[in-house]
Amino acid sequence: MTSVETGILGRLSWDALPITGLIRAPDANEIIANAAAGIVIVGALTVLFLLTWFRLWSPLWRDWLTSADHKKIGIMYIVFAIVMLARGVLEGVVMRAQQAAGPGDGFLKPEHFAELFSTHGTIMIFFVAVPFVFGVANYLVPLMIGARDVAFPVINQISLGLTVSSGMMLMVSLVVGEFSTGGWTAYPPYTGAAFNPGVGPDYWIWAIVVSGVGTTLTGINFAVTIYKLRAPGMKFMRLPMYCWTIICSSILIVFAMPPLGVAALLLAADRYLDFHFFTNDLGGNMMNYANLFWLFGHPEVYLLVLPAYGIYSEVFATFSAKRLYGYNSLVIATMSIAVLSFTVWLHHFFTMGQSALINAVFGIATMLIAIPTGVKVYDWMATLYRGRIRFSVPMLYGLAFLMLFVIGGLSGVILANPTIDYQVHNTLFLVAHFHNVLLPGVLFALLAGYNYWFPKAFGFRLNEFWGRVSVVCWTVGFLLTFMPLYFVGLMGMPRRSYSWEDPSFHPYMIIAVIGALVITCGLFSILIQLWVSIRNREKTRAPIGDPWDGRTLEWSIPSPPPPYNFAIIPEVTDRDNFAAAKERAAAYPKPEAYEDIEMPRNTGIGFILCVLSGVWMFALVWWIWWLALLMTITIILAIIIWSFDTSTEIIIPAEEVRKDHEAWLDLVHSTAAVDRDYEIAPENRGLARPDMEVVT
Amino acid sequence: MTFSRMSSIAVSALVTLVALLLTVQAAGASDSFIDPQGPIAEIQKKHLLRATALILIAVIPVLVLVPLVAYRYRRRKGGNAYYKPHWDFSAKLEVLMWGVPVLIVAILSFYLWKTTYRLDPYTAPFGEEPALRVQVVGLDWKWLFIYPDLGIATVGEFGIPIKKQVAITLTTDTVMQSFMIPALAGQIYAMPGMTTQLHVVADSPNTMQGENTQYNGRGFTKQKFLTQAMQPVDFEDWVASVRAHGIPLTEDTYQTLAMRTDRDEVQAALGTELMPLNALYFTLEEGDLFRSILHRYHSGEPLALGQQPGTTAYGSEAKQ
Repeated sequence: MTSVETGILGRLSWDALPITGLIRAPDANEIIANAAAGIVIVGALTVLFLLTWFRLWSPLWRDWLTSADHKKIGIMYIVFAIVMLARGVLEGVVMRAQQAAGPGDGFLKPEHFAELFSTHGTIMIFFVAVPFVFGVANYLVPLMIGARDVAFPVINQISLGLTVSSGMMLMVSLVVGEFSTGGWTAYPPYTGAAFNPGVGPDYWIWAIVVSGVGTTLTGINFAVTIYKLRAPGMKFMRLPMYCWTIICSSILIVFAMPPLGVAALLLAADRYLDFHFFTNDLGGNMMNYANLFWLFGHPEVYLLVLPAYGIYSEVFATFSAKRLYGYNSLVIATMSIAVLSFTVWLHHFFTMGQSALINAVFGIATMLIAIPTGVKVYDWMATLYRGRIRFSVPMLYGLAFLMLFVIGGLSGVILANPTIDYQVHNTLFLVAHFHNVLLPGVLFALLAGYNYWFPKAFGFRLNEFWGRVSVVCWTVGFLLTFMPLYFVGLMGMPRRSYSWEDPSFHPYMIIAVIGALVITCGLFSILIQLWVSIRNREKTRAPIGDPWDGRTLEWSIPSPPPPYNFAIIPEVTDRDNFAAAKERAAAYPKPEAYEDIEMPRNTGIGFILCVLSGVWMFALVWWIWWLALLMTITIILAIIIWSFDTSTEIIIPAEEVRKDHEAWLDLVHSTAAVDRDYEIAPENRGLARPDMEVVT
Repeated sequence: MTFSRMSSIAVSALVTLVALLLTVQAAGASDSFIDPQGPIAEIQKKHLLRATALILIAVIPVLVLVPLVAYRYRRRKGGNAYYKPHWDFSAKLEVLMWGVPVLIVAILSFYLWKTTYRLDPYTAPFGEEPALRVQVVGLDWKWLFIYPDLGIATVGEFGIPIKKQVAITLTTDTVMQSFMIPALAGQIYAMPGMTTQLHVVADSPNTMQGENTQYNGRGFTKQKFLTQAMQPVDFEDWVASVRAHGIPLTEDTYQTLAMRTDRDEVQAALGTELMPLNALYFTLEEGDLFRSILHRYHSGEPLALGQQPGTTAYGSEAKQ
């Protein structure tokens, strides 16, 4: 390349496109790489085409991209997470297939396999679990605490923008250049400039830094929302359990994300500016990276799993038609886990050579977390006890979780013992363990929550049959895929192996790939469920808003809720306020007066920052310095200009609120309440006859 | 999907787990601590079984009670199971729920503390004989074993005498790696410019696999070696044969060895007819090789890429 080209394009050239590799050496490896890139391009073009064909650009812009409504932002987070989940699952299947194709070298090149495990981990943690968890939180928290929006609606929009733009970097890396081969943890010195001079680690660094900023803002936003915007009477000990888990999770974010940002930026300083934080020479020390990374990394798993515990708490109570057992216990357990999660990061590297004293202390600290976690499991069992259990899809996910999660807990406590960890660290045993806690723990909860709150968001229920199919597929698929990995792990097979030689691994690898295919069926049954449900929506509509005989405030309003959520901010007098109101026959009160409601006005700043930060990251990855500088200036200017916009609110007149609310109240009074026998029948229009009245 | 079907899947998974655990022991070559070949792996296995048994006390009630409770309290028309929608606390249950896990963790903590100290890889708690010293250097993608007191070095084959404490000091001359011989002892990381330590003892003559568990590039999965535990007499013969058939580990030879090559490639580059097909034998030159490798990173001067093994630049300059 000439110096002019370098000046304009940085290190970008035709070689960065996968098609160049295919032309030079067509083989299975290149075909898969090109197919992946092709899917990204065709997928993007299809979306653009459909938007144009159905003339959806202006509604998309008006109703979604510029909206500061927490409910719409939540839905966009979840859509993004499901798209990324599809990619993550398919990558998992390809990796399982590669290992099942052994013994021998399989069909992928080692570097390609390494890219797969790096993107799979990065995507599943940062671009599936985090956006899905906070998508659900976005949707629910204001509804559950009786608020009209989050504390900082526009910052919320910006958080989404930054998360999406960094997720897009992983998509772009499929088409232009390559992703890191250093795993989702990106340990230096392997990811340093000396050993990995390409663009891969840079894609990782900027995606992590930018999404980290987005997530931190989300954490601040939700902590403040719950502290400041609770409805009158909603004392802390009356908060729904789910909101408690979101407080803890938000606190974890605020304290845990900065070390990750620092670690990634120090690595960037090494790679871009010739620093020596983690290099081999001049006193660089990779252990500092490991400490910083896991100082984030361990709280990270709890900031994902705590909201999942929250979802299960709501699901178990509702579908057992009973109060949550041991509320105080669960609050204490949640807080204990949040605090303890900062004291155990060293167990991710017991084998780095520190003293027995340090290992023993961190090992015991790790086991301590098992205590509150065990208490939670028992509390949920006691919630089922003497309930009246309905095996709806969310409950099925919940029951599968209880049974599978304790196996993950078992392997977790085993791993907490340094003595054993010396043997199973870095093996597939560890891989099996964290999938065992993240799938049943986090993903099943999110899917349970998706089935549970979908009718709240869209006004109609999801198809029950396909929901059950997905529960079976995910549960069986999980068992088949990850139980064998425990055994090959004990047999000493390292994680991240693209090939293996020991013939005794073979049956396990075959079972695991079959499991991966069953999981893929689980993924597809979720998509089929959505399709079928949309087609049959007239039969499952529940506009009144309470299809499950719910207990918390979000069920006391219409489905889908109006933009302002609550026509009148409710007075909270009990823990399960809506359930209590139904018992007193005081649900659906007629307000005496209505007021004008102030809501945040639409703004494009989140979307603008999404695009600008995306281009900024791309420019930095490819050393296109002029563009990076231009984007930096533009981003700063955009924020300054936006801050001069003082008309940030719109008023919804009281008369309009009254009209809508009274129309809904009329509907409530003219609809027949149904008991739980008709829960999944068309008769269920969302007005529940509490189970207690029915059969006691 | 009935609930009972789901729970039966989980229960059968657990049964399979136990059954497979037994087959691992029977079928596996001595490549796993499930089939221990020395006292350290032996204790590790014992601790695994003990910890598992203790934790199962907390786990089994969940596996048994969840299906039972869910079935008993399922919603039926005209249901007759006792229904108590407002019940949400019992002090007795609370004591049990917190008490049992606390007790298990307390007992386990005691054993954790004891075994962690007992098996600290830096101490030498087994074998009265004076330790055999071995220095291990991680390279891309092979392990170099230096026997400083015997004047020999090997790649691909790690010979040790049985019933003797082997004291290993580790470093790498490239990125971070993790050294493990599962049948003897757990792993320990090795890092450039720094040393870590590990002690192993083998009980009886046997061949065991060793490996790197930390991904480090293209040749990662081929970074394996065979550990040969021998009777002391056989070990002496082995040392003599390494000495007789080995080539001198000069600076040039080391440079070839340290290039980004996997085991087969380096065997082709340095192997001779007198060496086994999957191992390289060397005799040591004057000077402390391990120290010089370690000190490469301590000069206080930045190292050019060409001076850093494990970079692509190091390989190409060596070829010129």
